[in-house]
Amino acid sequence: MSPQPQAAVGAPLSRVEGRLKVTGQAKYAAEHDIDGVVHAVVVDSSVARGRIAGIDARAALTQPGVLKVITHLDAPRLAYRDNPVSLAPRGGRRLRVFQDDRVQFFGQPVAVVVATTLEAAQHAADLVEITYDAEKSSTDLAGSPADEPQTYARGNAEQALGSAGVRLEMSYRLSRNHHNPMEPHATIARWDGDRLRVWDKTQWVIGVQHELAAVFGIPAESVRVISPFVGGAFGSALRTWPHVIIAALAAREVGRPVKLALTRRQMYFSVGYRPAYEYKLRLGSDRRGRVTAMVHELKHETSRYERFWEANLVLGQMLYAVPNVSQSVRTVPLDVSTPLWMRGPGYSSAAFCIESAMDDLAYELGIDPIELRLRNEPNEDPSNGRPFSTRRLRECFRVGAREFGWHRRNPTPRSTRDGDWLIGTGVATGCYDVWRGQAQAYARIDADGTAVVESATHDAGPGTYTSMTQVAADALGLEARHVEFRLGDSTMPPAPPQGASQTMASVGSAVQDTCDKLRKQAIKLAVEDEGSPLHGVDADDVVVSGGRLQVKGDRARGETYQQLLARNNGTHLVARGSYNPPQESRFSMYGYAAMFAEVAVDARLGLVRVRRMLGVYDAGRIISPKLADSQAIGGMVGGIGMALLEHTVTDHRDGRIVNANLADYLVPVNADIPDLKAIYLDGRDDEADPIGVKSLGELVQIGVAPAIANAVFHATGRRVRDLPITAEALL
Amino acid sequence: MYPFSFTKAAGTREALEAGRRGGRYIAGGTTLVDLMRETVERPRTLVDISALPMREVTDTARGGLRIGALVRMAEAAAHPKVRTLYPVISQALELSASAQLRNMATIGGNIMQRTRCAYFRDVTAACNKREPGSGCAALQGYNRTHAILGTSDHCVATHPSDVAVAFAALEASVHLLGPDGERSVPFADFLLQPGDTPNREQALRPGELITAVEIPPHPGPLKSGYMKVRDRQSYEFALTSAAVALHVRGGVIRQAKIAVGGVGTVPWRLPAVERRLTGRRPSDALWAEAAEGAAEGARPLTHNRFKVELLKRTVERQLRIVGGTK
Repeated sequence: MSPQPQAAVGAPLSRVEGRLKVTGQAKYAAEHDIDGVVHAVVVDSSVARGRIAGIDARAALTQPGVLKVITHLDAPRLAYRDNPVSLAPRGGRRLRVFQDDRVQFFGQPVAVVVATTLEAAQHAADLVEITYDAEKSSTDLAGSPADEPQTYARGNAEQALGSAGVRLEMSYRLSRNHHNPMEPHATIARWDGDRLRVWDKTQWVIGVQHELAAVFGIPAESVRVISPFVGGAFGSALRTWPHVIIAALAAREVGRPVKLALTRRQMYFSVGYRPAYEYKLRLGSDRRGRVTAMVHELKHETSRYERFWEANLVLGQMLYAVPNVSQSVRTVPLDVSTPLWMRGPGYSSAAFCIESAMDDLAYELGIDPIELRLRNEPNEDPSNGRPFSTRRLRECFRVGAREFGWHRRNPTPRSTRDGDWLIGTGVATGCYDVWRGQAQAYARIDADGTAVVESATHDAGPGTYTSMTQVAADALGLEARHVEFRLGDSTMPPAPPQGASQTMASVGSAVQDTCDKLRKQAIKLAVEDEGSPLHGVDADDVVVSGGRLQVKGDRARGETYQQLLARNNGTHLVARGSYNPPQESRFSMYGYAAMFAEVAVDARLGLVRVRRMLGVYDAGRIISPKLADSQAIGGMVGGIGMALLEHTVTDHRDGRIVNANLADYLVPVNADIPDLKAIYLDGRDDEADPIGVKSLGELVQIGVAPAIANAVFHATGRRVRDLPITAEALL
Repeated sequence: MYPFSFTKAAGTREALEAGRRGGRYIAGGTTLVDLMRETVERPRTLVDISALPMREVTDTARGGLRIGALVRMAEAAAHPKVRTLYPVISQALELSASAQLRNMATIGGNIMQRTRCAYFRDVTAACNKREPGSGCAALQGYNRTHAILGTSDHCVATHPSDVAVAFAALEASVHLLGPDGERSVPFADFLLQPGDTPNREQALRPGELITAVEIPPHPGPLKSGYMKVRDRQSYEFALTSAAVALHVRGGVIRQAKIAVGGVGTVPWRLPAVERRLTGRRPSDALWAEAAEGAAEGARPLTHNRFKVELLKRTVERQLRIVGGTK
């Protein structure tokens, strides 16, 4: 625990960058004003598998303003060195842009046009004629051969199932979902000799830096990646996708800075997606609702060139005290691009199936769905026997049930009606790992008593600028408005990817460490300085508040940072700090959520409308309540989309993505979003990290879809096991 | 987007002259510009007609209502006469698109809008509407949102407009002005079923302009309304929709006008359902009995079979909402 008063942390601060965003001054990747920039537009393959047979770029090249058309025929061979600093699946062979004639998925980049104006580049890209020797493609998860499974087992699940008092067997199908951030992926690349500078939409500047260095065969120090603002990503910007390489390649080939922004259509081709799943779940229980066995058999799609992995087995191992568990997950290689983690990756898909099944069991046994979950609450992590650092799921349900009015419901399905609408309520558990990564930070106090703090982290939406400002402000004893937090530049102290909800725990702890060091340095300077009113005071007795160093319990005695620095002829004080999570922990660490949903179903017309949702979260300490509230709302909206709307449609005849636009790929609009409420349990998790936070950004999405599906069941008596839940399933 | 030239017509004569030379008319541009960006549409010349005097909603001498072709969707929906006399029109408009689009798009442009078939809008896919003779990718493809009525082996795309469904129900007519003068076409004849020429979508002659849509007088009191069934609650096209207008006097339905959307290659009138209703007394049983015939002649596809049942239920529900009881 910090000795410092916590004034900024826990305060409902508005986003510190909010004004920049609403006045259009925040510069997103494609908005940086780079002298002499020219424009690149990618040409995509219109087959899913085959070889490029011919390319006719003559018409494109005659267009005014067109500088170059680059294809595999004339692109230079690129180094494509192995890159250990990458989130690409291990053992795969990443897509190499313009290095051969092979087409591996529909929409694969096969050429790029560079022109002096965007319009010229767009039109010329339409004029590039490409012919293919198309081969029969395979894009359907159903019925395609799978890889060897990864497995997990404890106890003897088959035997336990055989002797279980109640046995349930369920099959679920989950559609592919795309991240669909508001801001399209975009990159500006500029070479200065052998040095490359890139302005990119990314959740990992260090990752982009290393991938560009590996692809072009140059030292990482020669690459600088800048990404101060990201307009949403939900995971899609965790990898360095082909277009980033293409922008840098094109810039080198034309000898000018190049800007490349994907179109919305292209956002469905090669920037990842949540894979489609088939999930078979068999469950055995005794009559009192103690689950004795679970058998999980999962299949999900991946590309032929990379075997995608996500954490889809964890929940099945640790969520409930099930003695006998067997799991297998197989990837199905298809002629598609590689998936990538999307909000709550793996957990979210597994939670839909497990939490739907628990609901089935509750109705089967006539036990309240919350009570059923509580009866299966483990006292320690059943997958490894470790104690939980904190696990307050019971409390989440208790608080949630009271707030939501859970116990007022009539438990009988199809028992509550409002005109043409059947009303139902449902619950589900959400849970997500506490990920932490190595992070570093830099902090400086200037002579005017303000501070600058830096780390090469990101703000793809969670509000990192604000939350880090709050941590730094308290550690430095400054008001938040006197602290400026900077991020999104690979030259800053390194930070992990902004994924897996690890930023607050990791970078937040590094910021705290750095600012603690800086504060202590200032205190040391003061107590050793004969000119200071603090001279001779024990450093441990000095706190800083409002920029003033003062004796604990004798606030009159002290001085400000400005006074201290002025007297010492100092222009500034600097510190560097870090966070290095332990390799092994004695504890099992997760964030938890109890999700509640009320839906109205017009069963005659097959319409589902969410009426209200409540999430109660055990997420450790909440640094920034307003941001946490926004995260929860965003997670619920994302979950509503997953439950009721989102579905990337592939035409399996030719591997084409049919609905590659926001008119046909439906995400919730305001009218779909009702009263959403989030409650965070007050507390902290001191085992998790020095600042006591757990994960949050993923957690808030997990459990939303099953809560809705369970509410649909309660409303209608109809169990839908395919996502999204559409009209045809309910007619 | 393919290069094009752009002219703004100062008056009707100038517009027609530009149209005669092959210019494409543009008003709100909310459909055309989208399709140009996707290179589905590649006009060489655009003629901006937004300065033409077609922005009035006026009473006709016969007691009907004339809505100028350049009246914005939002203006038409809010017009007091439209709201009072034909709620079905206001509702259809307000359930369309988004507020931003309704502020731009015009009534003339609305009925001219082209299908949302994803294969039509993807220039790398086969589409007889876009490229005659290339085939129909939707027929055996992903056709959940496609038509079950009025289809052919060449095209199964729906007409996307909501207000056109209301116009069809109210037996509107479309006023046209061309090089050969004025004419008026019944709404039912204006939008064309695909047959073997799905690229021909309207009964427009070269260079013709839509000047207005006229709603004929209907015997009062006329109760009407529009229902739209869709996956999300706003900003989406219809899976099914129903425009219903009933004239009830002395407890008996004297006249029923019904058209449905989201299911036909054009807005689809339901004369058989109308006949079942006429001369009968409103009741829940009647609504169900009449709606049973709503999908007569339907030819469902792989992914849109549910529309057959959904359509009947949509019509039944909307009959009850407009006609009352329960």
